[in-house]
Amino acid sequence: MTYIKNYFKELRVLLKENIRDYGMFIALGIIMIIFAITSGGLFLGSRNISNLLNQTGYIGVLSVGMTLVIIIRHIDLSVGYVSGFIGALSAILIVQYNLPALIAIFLVTIVGIFIGLWHGFLVAYMKLPAFVATLAGMFIFRGAIQQTLRGTGTIIIDNDLYRAISNGYIPDIASYPNLHVLTLILGIVGVLIYIIFEIRNHRIKKSYDFEVLTKPMLISKIAFIGGLVMLLSVSMATHRGMPWTMVIVFTVVLIYHIMMNNTILGRNIYAVGGNPEAAELSGISVKKITLFVFASMGFLSALSGIMFASRLQSATVTAGRLFELEAIAGAFVGGVSATGGIGKVTGSLIGAFVMASLTSGMNLMGVGSAVQFIVKGAVLVIAVIFDVRTRKEGK
Amino acid sequence: MAKILKMKNITKEFPGVKALDNVNFEVEEGEIHCLVGENGAGKSTLMKVLSGVYPYGNYSGDIIFNDKVQKFRNIKDSEKIKIAIIYQEFALFPQLSIYENIFIGHEFHKNNFIDWNKTIHKTEEFLKMVHLDVHPQTKVVDIGVGKQQLVEIAKALSKDVKLLILDEPTAALNENESENLMDLLRELKKRGVTSILISHKLKEVIDVADKVTILRDGQTITTLNKEDNTIKYNAMVKHMVGREITDVFPKREKITRGDIALEVKDLNAFSPRLDRFLVKDANFKVHQGEVVGIAGLMGAGRTELALSVFGNPLNYDVKGKVLKDNQPLRFDRPKKLIDAGVAYVSEDRKGKGLILKQNVKNNITLANLRSISRNYFINRNKEILGAEAYRKNLNIRTPSIEQKVLNLSGGNQQKVSLSKWLFVNPNVLILDEPTRGIDVGAKYEIYTIINDLVAKGLAIVLISSELPEILGMADRIYVMNKGTIQGELSAKEANQEKIMELATA
Repeated sequence: MTYIKNYFKELRVLLKENIRDYGMFIALGIIMIIFAITSGGLFLGSRNISNLLNQTGYIGVLSVGMTLVIIIRHIDLSVGYVSGFIGALSAILIVQYNLPALIAIFLVTIVGIFIGLWHGFLVAYMKLPAFVATLAGMFIFRGAIQQTLRGTGTIIIDNDLYRAISNGYIPDIASYPNLHVLTLILGIVGVLIYIIFEIRNHRIKKSYDFEVLTKPMLISKIAFIGGLVMLLSVSMATHRGMPWTMVIVFTVVLIYHIMMNNTILGRNIYAVGGNPEAAELSGISVKKITLFVFASMGFLSALSGIMFASRLQSATVTAGRLFELEAIAGAFVGGVSATGGIGKVTGSLIGAFVMASLTSGMNLMGVGSAVQFIVKGAVLVIAVIFDVRTRKEGK
Repeated sequence: MAKILKMKNITKEFPGVKALDNVNFEVEEGEIHCLVGENGAGKSTLMKVLSGVYPYGNYSGDIIFNDKVQKFRNIKDSEKIKIAIIYQEFALFPQLSIYENIFIGHEFHKNNFIDWNKTIHKTEEFLKMVHLDVHPQTKVVDIGVGKQQLVEIAKALSKDVKLLILDEPTAALNENESENLMDLLRELKKRGVTSILISHKLKEVIDVADKVTILRDGQTITTLNKEDNTIKYNAMVKHMVGREITDVFPKREKITRGDIALEVKDLNAFSPRLDRFLVKDANFKVHQGEVVGIAGLMGAGRTELALSVFGNPLNYDVKGKVLKDNQPLRFDRPKKLIDAGVAYVSEDRKGKGLILKQNVKNNITLANLRSISRNYFINRNKEILGAEAYRKNLNIRTPSIEQKVLNLSGGNQQKVSLSKWLFVNPNVLILDEPTRGIDVGAKYEIYTIINDLVAKGLAIVLISSELPEILGMADRIYVMNKGTIQGELSAKEANQEKIMELATA
């Protein structure tokens, strides 16, 4: 009995001390349970989950980039129309110039990076407030989309590779009816890697005499997260497998996560956000970091534009509208501090996923878009209040 | 003559420090009363009590103005009875015109609307009074600092001020402007305005003061009087620094100094924003195994000198030469200095030194991540070991190196700041006010660390406002004043009086 009592005591302390880290997962869990009930299980169905992942994708990558921008105390309002413009550009290149899809994608990604560099240049070297520089970008690229599509209107992109980005699934290595084997294997491998990683981390921390979780708690944590990953992969495996979108988003988040946590560049970005003057005195060029962060945002805007155009299988004049706000909301819900210096790309992705879940769940419930906007606004406010209040405790 | 102001037994405490200790201060109507003392003597605190910045109840003692006990709740209350205070940092709106600034909050009205014509007309009168020949519609941002000061005084006059307090008004002015200001004070005196003048410039004090009150360590030391001819330069300096040196400094092994590690030649730093030179023709050098002190009062240009050398992050117009180990060094970015083995521990540890939101470990390693990385990837284990070593060696009291710096005490934050710069393995270390705002125990620890570093052959530049600290630690002392290095003293010949003479010349 005392064993169980201690276990729950530790769990309580753990949750309380790390409420900022776990809070969002808890919120996500609650949202999913509520929608699962109200939709009679439909929400957690493999078809809907798959759909949800594809929906999160193009906003998720924007949220990742926006995380960096907000960390260094700036904002990028142009990302929506930049992504729309890039989608349109790629459609023109493929449909009118008959370029192979991969080459078109490569070219427009370069264009995206240059657009980001332009905004970074305005902010870092011309000293324009980011709000103004990217607001101008918002106008410019909205116009650029219309200009690009002026002769054709909506362009249908009839290209298998391009379409697969947001609609296709990874190929399978064996054929079983109603089961995607590779997805299942990837899920299992993923869980195994996670377990090894956690145990290794635990050992290293212990060797430095750092505070670590007790064994039962560690096992619970591994079981919980591993279980979730397994559930997700089974869900996907019984549908049509892992979507390419998920592969892309996972790769982006992994690269950015490693960059932010394990490289000098990432540390410098956090330093510039935490205290630009101290960063400059520490030999970090605030200008160069700013330039890099906006260039990265441009790159991810391009990626988002390609994903969205692929999803619609067409380029339209309205593509990208309000994406910037969805991305910013995702980042804030995901715990990025509005005063800069604090934030995680993984958090922002979860934030974007929370917002997409709300849309998806309310759609299933048949809630009108008017109410949906109000609910999403309220969630944003609540998330940031939660963030501010837990931050005050100095943790 | 009647006493217009009596401050009786004023005591004001901040957490851990008694800023004012039973201060008595009296001012007669129509006199110019100067208040002098070292940095941290309590002058500004006393004036903040008088002007209501620290409200009644926040201090103990009585303020008697015009024979009535005053209990100010805020600055407005003191303004109501015609007390005006002018700080070094002006309270003007740079983008507004002179007339808007002068009459802000008490504009003339006609039928519930502001009567701008009358306001402008009245402004001209007050500008004439302070001899400022500028159009009232000029924006404040477009006139120099000296003229801005006159606008501040005109603003006070427009409120029919009886007691005018000026906190180091000439610190940012050139000589001509300073003289004009002193003339103006004498004129105002004839009009019956009483002035309290805080100043570090003892010459101008002698020039203008009817009485001088000297504060030291939060206590009134004495009041000198023009009538008894006691306002003398030497007397003032003696009273300002007359304390016994009670701080204890750890003994340093006698070591012979090595070659010149860092030399600065003919350095000038001009601030376009302030439109004046912050550093003028500065020359100094520091040898290996030597502590060189740079003494001076607030605003003497010491930090500006250090920053100009250390990559000029505030973008002054800097001219001059910096030599590291007798080799000329480009010093246009902090990175160049860091790479050359020079480190600068900022006096503003919260603003420019540390990233408070981040943990101890990340702060310590920030300026030299390359040493713990391979191919731009940080080796986290190496990082932890590195940070841990400094935590132990410098005795940083923190539950772990994962603790946010925000949660540490001032002394421990200072040690983190010091660790951060030792982590870059410098051979020249510039310490800017390394013991400001930390307790005695932590101070002693910092001094011990300095001694250890010098013993290892480091060259150390110690910038400090505390004379005992400079005298206790430095082998050689430069004294700065008004942006220039006024003189150099060896540890043997230096004493508080000599330094203060150079610092206030």
